[in-house]
Amino acid sequence: MTREQTRKIEGVVALSLSTISAFLGLFWLVFILGDVLVHGIQALNLTLFINDPAPAGVDGGGLRHAFVGQLMITLCASLIGVPIGVLGGTFLAEYARGKKIARMISILSDIVVSVPSIVIGTFVYAILVKPVGHFSGWAGAVALAIIMIPVVLRTTEDMLSLVPWELREAAFALGAPYYKVIIQVVYRGAATGILTGILLSIARVAGETAPLLFTSFNNSFFSLDMNHPMSSLTATIFQYAMGPYKTWHAQAWAAAFVITVFILILTIIGRLIIKWRYR
Amino acid sequence: MPESIEITVKDLNFYYSGNIHVLKKVNLPVYKNSVTALIGPSGCGKTTLLRCFNRMHDLYPNNRYEGEILIRGENILDNTMDLISLRSRIGMVFQKPTPFPMSIFDNIAYGLKLKGIKKTGDQSELVEKALQQAHLWAEVKDKLKASAYELSGGQQQRLVIARALAVNPEMLLFDEPTSALDPLSTAKIEELIEILKKQITIIIVTHNMQQAARISDWTGFLMLGELIEFDRTDKIFTTPSQKLTEDYVTGRFG
Repeated sequence: MTREQTRKIEGVVALSLSTISAFLGLFWLVFILGDVLVHGIQALNLTLFINDPAPAGVDGGGLRHAFVGQLMITLCASLIGVPIGVLGGTFLAEYARGKKIARMISILSDIVVSVPSIVIGTFVYAILVKPVGHFSGWAGAVALAIIMIPVVLRTTEDMLSLVPWELREAAFALGAPYYKVIIQVVYRGAATGILTGILLSIARVAGETAPLLFTSFNNSFFSLDMNHPMSSLTATIFQYAMGPYKTWHAQAWAAAFVITVFILILTIIGRLIIKWRYR
Repeated sequence: MPESIEITVKDLNFYYSGNIHVLKKVNLPVYKNSVTALIGPSGCGKTTLLRCFNRMHDLYPNNRYEGEILIRGENILDNTMDLISLRSRIGMVFQKPTPFPMSIFDNIAYGLKLKGIKKTGDQSELVEKALQQAHLWAEVKDKLKASAYELSGGQQQRLVIARALAVNPEMLLFDEPTSALDPLSTAKIEELIEILKKQITIIIVTHNMQQAARISDWTGFLMLGELIEFDRTDKIFTTPSQKLTEDYVTGRFG
């Protein structure tokens, strides 16, 4: 065989393997999304959003408590996690740029990103649930925030590092102090990337179940009190899917559908921002 | 040609990261309202010298100056020098255009805001004046709110010059301002520099010797961190007193 033929065969093999892999990955994705869509839409109705749960096995209840709980926990997690993540990333990319401590924190947060979320759940259980004596919405928010922080931190660091150094020098050359350079020039240059990172990190924690089981636990009643156990969509899906009632199963599907759509929307907004900014 | 000295560089030594000796005992006058060109082969220290005038080197750790740069008797290398006010007096234009990620108007207004000029009316007036000075007003007056990134490379470079001019500096430093531009944009920038020198003192680092010959009044030739020769530009390019200078400007090396 000539070298030319070998090369062509190699090309065909590489192309087929990667095509097959792509379709394999896509197949499962479409399968899962399709399944959630089909089952979820069937069970979707207005009472799901406005009613609290009916007694077990009785028709007509809803999941208002879980939707509201999920929103509150996610919102509080973002309020805790986003500022810490963004400021930490700023420290790494700006004030500690090139220093040993920056590398160390970067590596550490990469490790935290890959820590199983249940470990973070048990950690928060040990520091916020056990000493207090009961589960609470706050504990859930803190657990999710801990999962968010390294994601936001690393994205912020990466996005800030992408802003050309000359831009900072140009701002310094006009007589700007460093904090103004960062806030007015560097953040602007990196805003899209950072915002996308934040949205994606919210999307990431919105789908977490394990850390919530140890922290906010669950609650069958509507509650706005973050100091007490709080329901969340994911924990409710877990409880309902495992339960013995048909109506529970249907509602679990519906909840799964809603949370999938929510995460999808966040992701799409993230993408749209990128597109809109760089059009 | 005006003859009064604006800046005196006295026995300037500069060390990168503690001990890499880059500038060696440089002595140089900079004349008011004139263009001084710094030329020399790559790595000769001309950009390093330029960046001493606004203390850009202070942004990085372990850089060290020795000697003096006197502006009207005041040594700007002094530790007590307020860098923020120094840099607002001495503008800088870089090799690659550096518009900020904001609108054309906000780019120019940036320096004004730093100076505490916050009223929109005052800003508009000064922004227009700066853009007129940089010969950019006619091209952008209808799209001041547009992103600065929509401008061409040459326009961006004039925008950056306008941004530096807006804060009314005493001096402008140009670090190879046209090396990323096409010949037409280069010609516009050169024209602009010739007009600007009537009001401010200009130092320009350039790789392009024709450019130095065209626009500068004084030229300093550096090699390996030493100032080999400093004189009137026509003298440097026609009858230099040093053999090295002659070899360089006639293209025998570099």
